[in-house]
Amino acid sequence: MDFSFLTNYHMFFINGAKITILLALFTVALGTVIGVFLALMKISKNILLKGVASIYIEFIRGTPLLVQLFIIYYGLPMIGIHFPDIPALGQNFGDFMAGAVALSINSGAYVAEIIRAGIQAVDKGQMEAARSLGMPHGLSMKKIVLPQAFKNILPALGNEFIAVIKESAIVSIIGIHDLMYNADTVRGNTFQPFEPLIVAALIYFVITFTFSKLIGMLERRMNTDART
Amino acid sequence: MPELKPLIEIKQLNKHFGKLHVLKNIDLTIHQGEVVVVIGPSGSGKSTLLRCLNRLEEPTGGEIIFEGISITDNEHDINKLRENMGMVFQQFNLFSHMNVLENITLAPKKLKKITSEQAEKRAISLLEKVGLVEKATSYPAQLSGGQKQRIAIARALAMEPDVMLFDEPTSALDPEMVGDVLSVMNDLAAEGMTMAIVTHEMGFAREAADRVIFMDEGKIVEEGHPEKIFDKPEHSRTKDFLHRVIHI
Ligand SMILES: Nc1ncnc2c1ncn2[C@@H]1O[C@H](COP(=O)(O)OP(=O)(O)OP(=O)(O)O)[C@@H](O)[C@H]1O
Ligand SMILES: [Mg+2]
Repeated sequence: MDFSFLTNYHMFFINGAKITILLALFTVALGTVIGVFLALMKISKNILLKGVASIYIEFIRGTPLLVQLFIIYYGLPMIGIHFPDIPALGQNFGDFMAGAVALSINSGAYVAEIIRAGIQAVDKGQMEAARSLGMPHGLSMKKIVLPQAFKNILPALGNEFIAVIKESAIVSIIGIHDLMYNADTVRGNTFQPFEPLIVAALIYFVITFTFSKLIGMLERRMNTDART
Repeated sequence: MPELKPLIEIKQLNKHFGKLHVLKNIDLTIHQGEVVVVIGPSGSGKSTLLRCLNRLEEPTGGEIIFEGISITDNEHDINKLRENMGMVFQQFNLFSHMNVLENITLAPKKLKKITSEQAEKRAISLLEKVGLVEKATSYPAQLSGGQKQRIAIARALAMEPDVMLFDEPTSALDPEMVGDVLSVMNDLAAEGMTMAIVTHEMGFAREAADRVIFMDEGKIVEEGHPEKIFDKPEHSRTKDFLHRVIHI
């Protein structure tokens, strides 16, 4: 195997990795916001909210990410939504946003289920005890249920973050210059179909491994705080 | 016991879970300072009755009046009413992410107009009362069942309720820990706290109760002074039940 192409092409991998991480951060942020709203809708007593959230979650989880990506990529312009190109953020900001929005819409459905399960895993007696003391529902949720749910949610949310990093490679299809896209470019330019993929795989692994260690540290920190 | 004013009046209370009719036309008045013990077979509706009193369960019919205010008409803030009704659960339900002191002071700090110092001072005196001052900074996971339940009682008392509801407070405890919890409850009764207690501790019921209620299949079958219920029960169902729980 010959990795000498790295002398000329290493910036392709570094810039691609930057886009991949940026995309993942954006997706986790927006996906979490979507997920929190969907989860709250799904555990609410309002049948309409519950129904909308359920349909959203089932639909997203029951269709391929690739199809969702294309629907957003070709669909948003058709209904008149254009993201402006912002040169400071790369030449294809509109594409980047389409990819990020598609990934977020997808991830939001999974995050919603993680949050819902985390909240519902908190013993019902905790809420009842809080309510029996006279604490209103919102306050009980905030002080008692959510802090405990957070501990259930964090590990699963970490896994979802890592899944997002890996699945984000799919956006190379719509021309976003992420790690996968740039690795492809290097393959074409150097006529080496194999080695650039090894480099890309290693970089993906370093990114996900680092995040999973960071999340593990955060979890341990929280557990010693609560001493449970 | 001198005739005191009614604290809780239950009128024609009904509760359905779907098709299941769990409470059937319950009429019951609990007076100030009275200790009422509810006994009866499993599934007879004892917990449901207690949970209707602070509306952890929504009654499907009838009326409950607490301190002269209807708690079933939705005109009054149920949260305010609950502040005056402490509840102790079979499974303790201590807030597992908070230490003992935080468990006790959370609700008073949030709901009463008192400073943190006042809330903590009061919490410490309650911990003295239940004999667990040294556990103030422990977490629930570090306590035995009996200790958890005594903390749960202190937590409920911290809101200075006018009545305490106990749902089988000793049923989840190892036998050697039951005594500690019952003695805290006895102290409370001696201080004049109004209490409604569901329990299978017949010895405690006989000693501490002013009145014993026997429930079966969602109805109050028989009620009266403990000596009457335990020594001269009138209904065959009461006799059967007592025979089973006392002689096995
Ligand atoms: N949330 C609920 N949904 C449906 N049915 C319920 C619910 N809670 C209680 N029930 C039913 O209502 C009936 C009375 O239950 P309850 O818990 O009040 O009995 P109990 O007298 O406290 O019994 P135990 O001594 O076993 O605690 C039972 O048949 C029970 O299955
Ligand atoms: Mg019960």
